[in-house]
Formats: sequence, structure tokens, C-alpha cells
Amino acid sequence: MLIRKAGDVRSSEVTPQALYLRRREFIQGIAGSALAAAAALSPAAARRVDAQTGQKLPNVRKSPLSTSEKLNDYEDVTTYNNFYEFGTAKDDPAMNAKSFKPRPWKLAIEGHVAKPAAYDLDEFIKPFALEERIYRLRCVEAWSMVIPWVGIPLADIIKRAEPTARAKFVEFVSLHDPVRMPGQRVDVLPWPYVEGLRMDEAMHPLTIMAVGVYGEVLPNQNGAPMRLIVPWKYGFKGIKSIVKIRLVDYQPRNTWQVQTPHEYGFYANVNPEVDHPRWSQARERRIGEFFKRKTLMFNGYADQVAGLYAGMDLRKNY
Amino acid sequence: MKRTSIFKAVIGASALVPAALLVRGIFTDDLGANPVEYITHQTGWFALFFLFVSLAVTPLRRATRWHEIIRYRRMLGLFAFFYATLHFLTWFVFDHAFDVASMLEDVFKRPYITVGMAAFLMLLPLAITSNQVMIRRLGRKWQALHRLAYAAAFAGVVHFWWLVKADIREPQRWALALTALLGVRAWWTFRARLSSRS
Repeated sequence: MLIRKAGDVRSSEVTPQALYLRRREFIQGIAGSALAAAAALSPAAARRVDAQTGQKLPNVRKSPLSTSEKLNDYEDVTTYNNFYEFGTAKDDPAMNAKSFKPRPWKLAIEGHVAKPAAYDLDEFIKPFALEERIYRLRCVEAWSMVIPWVGIPLADIIKRAEPTARAKFVEFVSLHDPVRMPGQRVDVLPWPYVEGLRMDEAMHPLTIMAVGVYGEVLPNQNGAPMRLIVPWKYGFKGIKSIVKIRLVDYQPRNTWQVQTPHEYGFYANVNPEVDHPRWSQARERRIGEFFKRKTLMFNGYADQVAGLYAGMDLRKNY
Repeated sequence: MKRTSIFKAVIGASALVPAALLVRGIFTDDLGANPVEYITHQTGWFALFFLFVSLAVTPLRRATRWHEIIRYRRMLGLFAFFYATLHFLTWFVFDHAFDVASMLEDVFKRPYITVGMAAFLMLLPLAITSNQVMIRRLGRKWQALHRLAYAAAFAGVVHFWWLVKADIREPQRWALALTALLGVRAWWTFRARLSSRS
């Protein structure tokens, strides 16, 4: 398998947050200077809170697998996302996950492993080195972001449990607790949220378990305390608030596939040539931009992952 | 007469508030992470809202015998068209970057866009014929033509229903409202037939 290095990104090369925040001046420019002048006088223009409020994560290493693309700012990453456990609107998670307590947290690793166990999450994470991975995230709804996750390669986690030869797939399960997750009181999806990966996808170096973003502990609304990131797949594969990792010999039935089988499959690889039955996947809106840009095969990670699907009909295995 | 003008001014000003807030939001950068999506959703929602309010005028008038509200119906319908036009333009400009061919491909290939476009195109003749001259010229046909508003509302609700991913609760509420509006009409027709028979 060819793993092309994306080139080392030093933190000095990453555009400072203050600069991304000004990107919207573009649309302001479109609409004329008179109104822009009026807006400059408005107190709301100075209202933005961009402070990162989380706890800093120590000893985070940079990764050659990171992209050097311009990051989305902290506010966009933490106020615009899908997390149906806290509501179906994009700003619901940020509002409804405020009082969620992601610690203490039990994580179980079970199934076809030599060392099945239930861990306290913080104890579990301790021995691993944290890495920053700046990845593109492409939502199935045709928008995208660039996000500096902090996490652990999933392969390292799986190896620690010592999978047996019967382990062919990995199944992930989210917390099911309608008291703590108000969105689960509504049957929009069959709860708990379940996701799955083929073993080779799970072991791929790009696949990580994120425990942080922007150098800090993962905010509740982004899937605290731990979530999956598979950058070449649509965002819904990135299951959040994981309580169980199960090594299994069957292909797991992931939640969106159960919900609407003809629209969402098991693989969910980003593919501009295979449309969602109701909308095109050829283009996407990068958050912060106004016009759409072309979507890249496997979300731009084709060099690293196309080999995993050699000979497969990607139209059938959507 | 004076009272009517005041009411019209008040309704007109209120109906422009959502649009004004969107314009203000663009300049204060207050429309969230995805302003284009936000504008698309808001304009679509208000198009549906004003269309429904205009359809509710007649039932409300009969129920309350507050006859003068009929004078505001045209305005409300025109505001539905105004927001539908903004909705269409946002999509055409930002999703299709003025590319007519790509837009048409979407219209013919994506059912939710097909019905959405149908709703918009149905509002077009209604907006064009919403003046005294056309009302007089069309006579009885005007009334028949303007029943299209119901078809447009139906298409608008289907458009909404078909675009949501899993949470159909909101389009369900609109469908319920439409059923109520049509139900009232059906009930009146039924009663009128009963009484004319007796």
C-alpha cells in the first residue's frame, strides 16, 4: 500500500485563526460599501467569541498525514455539525450538549480479541501518544471543513486488544442514554448509533480515534469523549461518544444504512461519481466559501486508500 | 380607508423583517457557519409561511366575519412570491454559480427540486395576475387560476418533505396545516351542496 506523505506542516505554516475569521469579508465586498460601512458601526461585528475554552492536551505530535489546507475556525467546527443525539439541526449539538458529562467514561473492547476489557477512558488513553491530524471532513450533505483533530491511530487501539483471526470487521456503538442525550428521546434514528469498518479500513494509518480538536479536549458537541475519524468516508461514519468497540466476523449494520438502506451504505466512501439518490455528490461547499468546489475521489485521499477497494463496484458498494 | 393603509404598512414592514435580518446578518457575519444554507432555508421557510397565511385568509374571514382582511391577501401572496424568488436565486447563484445547464440538470434529475421548481413556477402567473387590470380582464377565470396557490402549497410541502434526511417532523406539521386548510374548504363545499339539495 502506498502511503504518500502530505509533507510536514509546521504550526507556523498554519494560518492563524484570526485570519480565517475574516474570510467572510468576501461576501461583504460583493454587496457594496455603503452597507458595509453601516455594519462596521454595528456592535455585533465585534461580538464573536472564538476563544477555545477546553482543556489543553499535552504532548501532541504533528503528523505527516495532515493536510496543509486552510483550517476552518474553531467556532465553525464547534457550532455547525450533525450529532442527532443532541438534535437534528446543525446548531443543536452546541446548544444541547452543554451539560453533558463525558467523564467518567467506560469504554469496552470486546468480541474476537484475546484481551477483552472495559476501561476507564482516561486510563485507557494514557499510554498512547497523541497526534494532531489535520483532515478534510466531507459531510454526505455536500459541505466540508478542514479540522485539526487530535487522536490516536485506531490501529494502535485495536492491536492492544489483540484481535484473533476471526475478527473481520469492527463495530462501534455510541452511548445510549436518552436522559443525557435528549435527541435520543425522538425516534429519528434507531438508537444507539452504530457504525462499522472493515478490518483493513480500521487498521489503515489514516483512521483515528479523536479525543481532541484544535489542541484541546474534544468538546461535547463534537462527540466527547472519543469519536471515530475516517477522512475518506462521509462524516456520518465518524461515530461519536463511543462506548463499545467490538471485533466481529460479520459486516455491521450501521445506523444510517438501517434507517434508509437505498441512500446510505456500509462503505460511504466519498465519491463524486456516485450521487446520493436525492442530490449530487459531485461538488461540495467548503464552510467559509460561498460557491461550491469539486469533490475529490475518496475526499482527496485516493492515493492512500483507493487500493483498499480495488476491483470493487463502488456504485453497488456505496 | 386610512385604517387599511396603516394595516398594509404594518403587514408590509413586518413581512420584510426576515429579509432585512438576513441582509443584516450577512454584514454582521451572524448567519452561522454556512450562511448560504441558512439563507436558503430561511427564504424557503418564509415563502411557505406567507403562502400558507394567504391561504388562511378566507377561512379566517368566514370564521371571524372580519371581512376587511381580504384586502391584505394579495400582499401576503406577493410576499410568498418574493421569498420564493430569493430562495430560487440563492440556489441558482450559490449552488449553481449562474450555470443554467447545471441548474436544469438538477431540476430534471432531482425530484425534490422538480417539485420545488414547480411550486415556484406556479406562483409566477399568480404574481403576474395579481393586479386590478388582470382581475377584471380574467373575470371568473381569475378565481380558477388562483386556486393554483393550493397546488403550489402542496408542491412546497412535498419539496420540504423530500429534502430532509430523517427528521420529517417539520414537513409533517406543514402537511397537517395544508390538510386543515383544504379540509375547511371541503367541508364548506359539502355543506353548501347539502343545503342546496334540501
